[in-house]
Amino acid sequence: MERIPGSCVDEFLQHLANALVLGGTYALLGIGLTLIFGIMRIVNFTHGELFAFGAYLIFLSVMRLDVNFFVAFLLAVIGGCLLGAAIELLLLRPLRAADIETTMLVTIGAWIIMQNSELLVWGGVAKAISTPFPEAPLVFGPISVSPLRIFVLLVALLLIGGTYALIHRTKLGIAMRATFQDSETAELMGVNIKGIRTATFAIGSALAAGAGALLAPVFLVTPTMGDLASLKAFAIVIFGGLGNITGATVGGFLLALIEELGAGYISSGYRDAMGFLLIIAVLLIKPTGLFARAERVG
Amino acid sequence: MSTANGSKPVLTLEHVSVSFGGLRAIADVSFSIHDGEIVGLIGPNGAGKTTAFNLITGFLRPSEGRILYREVDLNRRKPHEIAALGLVRTFQRTSVFANRTVFANALTGLHRQGRSRLWDTILALPRESAAEKELAAQAWEILRMVGLDARAADSAGSLPYGEQRLMGVALALAAKPTMLLLDEPVSGMNPSETARFMQLIKAIQAQGITILLVEHDMRMVMGVSDRVVVLNHGQVIAEGPPASIQQNAEVVRAYLGRRGTRAGDS
Amino acid sequence: MRRIAPAFWLILFLSIPLWLRDPYFLHVLIVTGIFIIAAMSLNLLLGYTGQLSLGHVAFFGIGAYASSLTTIGFDIDVLGLVRIVHKPWPALAGLIVATALAGMCGYLIGTLSFKIRGAYFIIVTLSFAEVTRLVALNWVELTQGPMAINNIPPFTVGLPGLGYIALWNKAYYYYLVLLVAIAAYVLIARLVGSRIGRAMVALKENEPLALSVGIDVTRYLVLGAVVSAALAGAAGSLYAHYIKVIDPDIFQFMYTVTMIIMVITGGKGTLSGPIVGGLIFGFLPVAVRSFASPEAQWIIYGLLMIMIIFVLPQGIVPALSQWMESRSSASRTSAWAAAAGPAVSRTGSEREHGERQ
Repeated sequence: MERIPGSCVDEFLQHLANALVLGGTYALLGIGLTLIFGIMRIVNFTHGELFAFGAYLIFLSVMRLDVNFFVAFLLAVIGGCLLGAAIELLLLRPLRAADIETTMLVTIGAWIIMQNSELLVWGGVAKAISTPFPEAPLVFGPISVSPLRIFVLLVALLLIGGTYALIHRTKLGIAMRATFQDSETAELMGVNIKGIRTATFAIGSALAAGAGALLAPVFLVTPTMGDLASLKAFAIVIFGGLGNITGATVGGFLLALIEELGAGYISSGYRDAMGFLLIIAVLLIKPTGLFARAERVG
Repeated sequence: MSTANGSKPVLTLEHVSVSFGGLRAIADVSFSIHDGEIVGLIGPNGAGKTTAFNLITGFLRPSEGRILYREVDLNRRKPHEIAALGLVRTFQRTSVFANRTVFANALTGLHRQGRSRLWDTILALPRESAAEKELAAQAWEILRMVGLDARAADSAGSLPYGEQRLMGVALALAAKPTMLLLDEPVSGMNPSETARFMQLIKAIQAQGITILLVEHDMRMVMGVSDRVVVLNHGQVIAEGPPASIQQNAEVVRAYLGRRGTRAGDS
Repeated sequence: MRRIAPAFWLILFLSIPLWLRDPYFLHVLIVTGIFIIAAMSLNLLLGYTGQLSLGHVAFFGIGAYASSLTTIGFDIDVLGLVRIVHKPWPALAGLIVATALAGMCGYLIGTLSFKIRGAYFIIVTLSFAEVTRLVALNWVELTQGPMAINNIPPFTVGLPGLGYIALWNKAYYYYLVLLVAIAAYVLIARLVGSRIGRAMVALKENEPLALSVGIDVTRYLVLGAVVSAALAGAAGSLYAHYIKVIDPDIFQFMYTVTMIIMVITGGKGTLSGPIVGGLIFGFLPVAVRSFASPEAQWIIYGLLMIMIIFVLPQGIVPALSQWMESRSSASRTSAWAAAAGPAVSRTGSEREHGERQ
């Protein structure tokens, strides 16, 4: 991440800027998982793999198939959506009646298969993606941000906003919220629960893929990038409360901030540990998550 | 053994209230149960009966008031501690360990009657197996008392509904209660099963166990109870022997709205 | 038949080093045996108390590191204030320290699990394992970080007249692992068949009901967690002194997944399930490695796991015993009938016809 020498405030502001960019994508990850977790009540271990899938898809499109960068991004999101739907239909729908451990184990199996397939196909070497943005960072006072990262932040905010709109203003969103509150009643009132579950998983996966596609050009693409993403997504979901999009959004930005500040001021080696320490701390204080009182979809 | 006159209160609720969100499920409820009584707790759906049960047995904490059992304040006690004090409840749904045999259920219920040290168990010391034999004998006795001894090898979940309720009672009896709280014990039973159950309750009372039961079956409650407490909208609206409750206008109104037929006609 | 089966297996396993000379197969057996011990410990937690912990490898790794550091010794500066120097102790002490330390961590996780349930607990235990890995990676002064702890000394056994024998020999190590595995099996079997075991299963199956008959759920949860963690720690110690090199990779989630696969496919909540699952997934790499790369192997495991979940959701052992039961028409006298009360013997057909005593 960019750092410029200067006063403490400057450094702090730079960290904030970095955290904003990262936080947007973390929020996407968290929102996707909290929808899945909240509405379907499953512990989804494929979320990180969808994140990696989005990254590899954009890599494939841009670097191997010479597709326009922005189109490639859309492809990644759509690809994630389709893959999510496929996973739900093939693996999760037949196990609807099973307990939480069984479905979790199935998602673990899917995760193993996906990650090792990626290793087989792409190898373990990290891949870089070239973008149409200029390299030179834009400078706003003490803060410098590259155009790419601004793009990432903007698109992330757009997707977050889009998800809010989906949940609150569309019929699908209403049906999803009804299913979250009381799936039995929702079913009696005509909501197609099976369809909602597929849609939820597809949307959540699309968001994860989108996050992966956004971060891929910023960092590098590796087959194991999904693992940390999964765990951080879990941290965000727990922080924000199951099904709570606002909580997930706040959690995403907060996690990014804690990571940035922790890495900057304490130790960069433990950067990734921040998320886990956050989870453990939150759950010790409030076992149902900080936003649990407002546990709802939306 | 059936009147409350002169016998001391063993369970007392004093001004107990509990709220969920903005909803007051129980508001300023006070009543007592006396030693050796059978008390029926009735009221329309949503009146707060199961909430009262959960409060008494420690599955819920009251926001106000206190509950005393044999002069011990039950405040902040965990359910298993309350059970250890002698207050044992049954459950209306999922009342048994469905995947285990009837016999294993009885053994589990007898948990408090055993004392096992970790090292005795690990080293398989003789006093451990002697203790197990003792528990097994007690388990047979309880199964015989409720009439389930023939079903000992069957899985509890495979029992017909009425027998599952019996198993639930057997579980509770195994915990050697001094007071038994029965949550809709005869729901789903046919008339002959209900009649047999009423005899079982009397037999339990004969052993000196106080009983509080929640039920919707009016004939059963009025037939077996020494006293009846009526809840509506989280408050006690009447208390007394069955005969007086059946004639109580307010009770009738609570059950039937304003259309006024007698509660005894259910 | 039931009585002689365990004896048969025991004799078989005892005799293996006598006729199996291939050191590679012995090696696989030893590592598999160690993982079976870990899987049995996970099964106690998952199959009997019903707590799904995804951090089980943390206990394994903590045991490995504890044992290594105890036997190699260390010299560290804590926060620049205190200097702690530890002289090397014999490997057996390392095993004991590993078991005890892992058990203590199990105590922490156990008390935690009572407050935090279900999905949240799964994630907390996962995080715990990750944090442990990061600590092992970053606290270089103590753990050597990614450079790994090397030259971990072997177990030594003192025999009168023969002096000390260092367990370098694979055959000796195999017997050591077998001994610990048998001890673990017996420990778990006794625990599970006792009043304590009944309480654990009760809390797994119906917690409110267990509470209502006076079972202190927290206590048995914690007990299960402590025993489970301690056994995993012991397995970790055995692993460390066998492999002789330990680095933070031992905390990888992949190992937890391996243990989970072993337990689930074998049959959670059964005593022999982890053994069956362990043997299958211990030897599967051997069978498969000649034609499949490591990645392809894992894909196969993933597919296998999913298939078993769909086809045999209870696991192999329960499916097998159900199958054998449905074929058998001989009378079965259950243990409880023999223990007390009137002799009750029910044949399968008696039950079918609804006859009662």
